Amino acid sequence: MIEEVGTTEQGDLVINVGPQHPSTHGVLHLVITLNGETIKKVEPHLGYIHRSIEKMCESLSYRQFIYVTSRMDYLSSHINNHGCALCVEKGMQIEVPARAKVIRVLMDELTRLASHQLWWGAMAMDVGALTPFFHAFREREAINDIMEETCGARLTMNYMVPGGVMADIHPNFQKRVKEFIAFFKTKIDEYDELVTGNIIFKNRMIGVGYLSPESAVSYGCTGPTARGSGVSCDIRKLYPYEVYGQLQFEEVTVTGGDCFARYMVRMQEMRQSLSIIEQLIDNIPEGEFQAKTKAVLKLPKGEFYSRVETARGEFGVYIVSEGATTPYRIKFRSPGFSNLSALDHMARGHKIGDLVAIMGTLDLVIPDIDR
Amino acid sequence: MKKITMLSIENITHSIDVWLNSTFNPTVAVVLESLIVGLSVIGLFALLGLVLVLMERKVSAYMQIRLGPNRVGPGGSLQTVADTLKLAMKEGLTPDGADKFLFNLAPFLVIVVAMLILAPVAFAKGTQIWDINIGVLYITAVSSLSVIGILMAGWASNNKYSLLGAMRSGAQIVSYELSAGMAVLSIVVLTGSLQISSIIYSQQDGWWLFKGHIPAVISFIIFIIAVTAETNRAPFDLAEAESELTAGFHTEYSGMKFALFFLAEYVNIFIVCAIAATLYLGGWMPLHIGHWTGFNLVMDYIPSSLWFIGKTFFLIFVIMWFRWTFPRLRIDQLLNLEWKYLLPLSMVNLLLTTLIAIEGWHF
Repeated sequence: MIEEVGTTEQGDLVINVGPQHPSTHGVLHLVITLNGETIKKVEPHLGYIHRSIEKMCESLSYRQFIYVTSRMDYLSSHINNHGCALCVEKGMQIEVPARAKVIRVLMDELTRLASHQLWWGAMAMDVGALTPFFHAFREREAINDIMEETCGARLTMNYMVPGGVMADIHPNFQKRVKEFIAFFKTKIDEYDELVTGNIIFKNRMIGVGYLSPESAVSYGCTGPTARGSGVSCDIRKLYPYEVYGQLQFEEVTVTGGDCFARYMVRMQEMRQSLSIIEQLIDNIPEGEFQAKTKAVLKLPKGEFYSRVETARGEFGVYIVSEGATTPYRIKFRSPGFSNLSALDHMARGHKIGDLVAIMGTLDLVIPDIDR
Repeated sequence: MKKITMLSIENITHSIDVWLNSTFNPTVAVVLESLIVGLSVIGLFALLGLVLVLMERKVSAYMQIRLGPNRVGPGGSLQTVADTLKLAMKEGLTPDGADKFLFNLAPFLVIVVAMLILAPVAFAKGTQIWDINIGVLYITAVSSLSVIGILMAGWASNNKYSLLGAMRSGAQIVSYELSAGMAVLSIVVLTGSLQISSIIYSQQDGWWLFKGHIPAVISFIIFIIAVTAETNRAPFDLAEAESELTAGFHTEYSGMKFALFFLAEYVNIFIVCAIAATLYLGGWMPLHIGHWTGFNLVMDYIPSSLWFIGKTFFLIFVIMWFRWTFPRLRIDQLLNLEWKYLLPLSMVNLLLTTLIAIEGWHF
């Protein structure tokens, strides 16, 4: 039941947090019930930026709809595109060239790094430290520059297409990525020094927003949110796609279940992503970057599902095809939506400051939730 | 000493005083002097606001690998003037449902309190508006009044964020006043006086931070933490807590009324740093080390006003450094820190200081 904003009969304060609020990272609207500083209830109200993306996709061809998905989780647009491309390839049974596979994984991991960097800055800003945000953006800028060279875009990439990638990598790509890795390795230690070890930060994080492994599973949490509760759910490990099966990397799980555990998962994931990029950057096979495909794609009649691991968790694409040039029905399983559903469970009984910290560790991207 | 007294503010004020008293009858002279003092306080206020806001922006930019304001005036030095003009032009909105009288009164109350505390601050040798014999007590007493303005603003705004911010601020300022007071007391114990000028003169042969052994250092650290909390600065900026309460108690304020809150915040930082500099770092007193006569003479050549400004601005820089480095505490952690750690520590520390003062162990 939607409660009126005001004061309840028990004397609790019901207030709107958002849609325009500094810590809701965009336009999330929460209605929270407060008893003094203590949170009694959190109700997310969705729909403020609902753009009907799924419906839009149904009237677009299989090549076109991928571009719309960049606008969902704008911080991991490569990975969204990747998931959609995988699903179409599955339906069309297109074999992707080896070079394209490696380029895709490289782009995915760079995106994951960029996304985690932004999360780190925003998270620190949520708990009141403003400086890390700018430091995070300095490093993210380097990734954006690399992306810009190869994809021509900095945010909504639209680089992955059914059958491979849209264009070959820029001649400078390998050189610049290597430079970036060397640069970022020193910076990630700086991140730990500035924020992770800070006693105030630890006090704000440890023991706050506990999510048990059972509730993480029952709320459908995925990605770092669930892995922070010790649930193993990395799609890259469980259902390897592209070349992930041949790579040496660890799935990061931390058993704490609190905000600090989720924080540590992401910090360690950044190092894992760096190691994946290091393994691949010198081993990009020669050859085609895109498979030969028909001009007009027509998926055979049936249902197709593919999943990828975005920076926030499992992103699923479900396509129902009637054999036409456009999908009959398309459904996205976005990680943010399920992760947000656990917010009320985690925030109850905590203080307002904790709500902000918990939202920070969930790494919410609102257009991904509202679609 | 002759050379510096030529330029010192003491001489200027003294000659103005002599001239006024010789030209007018004593009553008129006193009235005129009060007027001059009042105008210069207001002028100082405006100047401090402009300088400190610019300084904060430059310091934060330096820490955040940015340039900071750099368009208006040379090196962005006129940026805050432009901002103030913009704020002055803006419409001062009063929300519907606000308690209009209290809402409009609150910023003035806050600013008047800030002005009142300026009175006993010694800016340079002999430059003090009011050398009252209970100077330290006066400062502690008056500074607690500003919380009324903040509570008033939060309550009168008829906004729940403002109310939460004001309540937080109330809890915070009232708590941290205790350990700030304790820290101040330890210097009073060492000096044996509440008068600002005699506290400064007691540091002629060395600052209390160095003379008072470890208890003085502890009380200095406690004082800095407590005043950071009292001025609602990060990491204790819970009253504003941008990411939680949007802007806390001044969410509904706009235009010049907002500017007054903003100004009061910065002037308060200046005042608390000036007090810290006075109590622990000798105010305008130059750095003197025991019997090093030559060194002491060289230090004396630096004008006393420069000493005062240098020390104060160094402390202001430290407080800004806190803000741009630390995350914010939570309200319960904030109160725990005060009541469970700082207050007991400062009480024990006060006892130790008293012991040192009685036994005469300080240098």
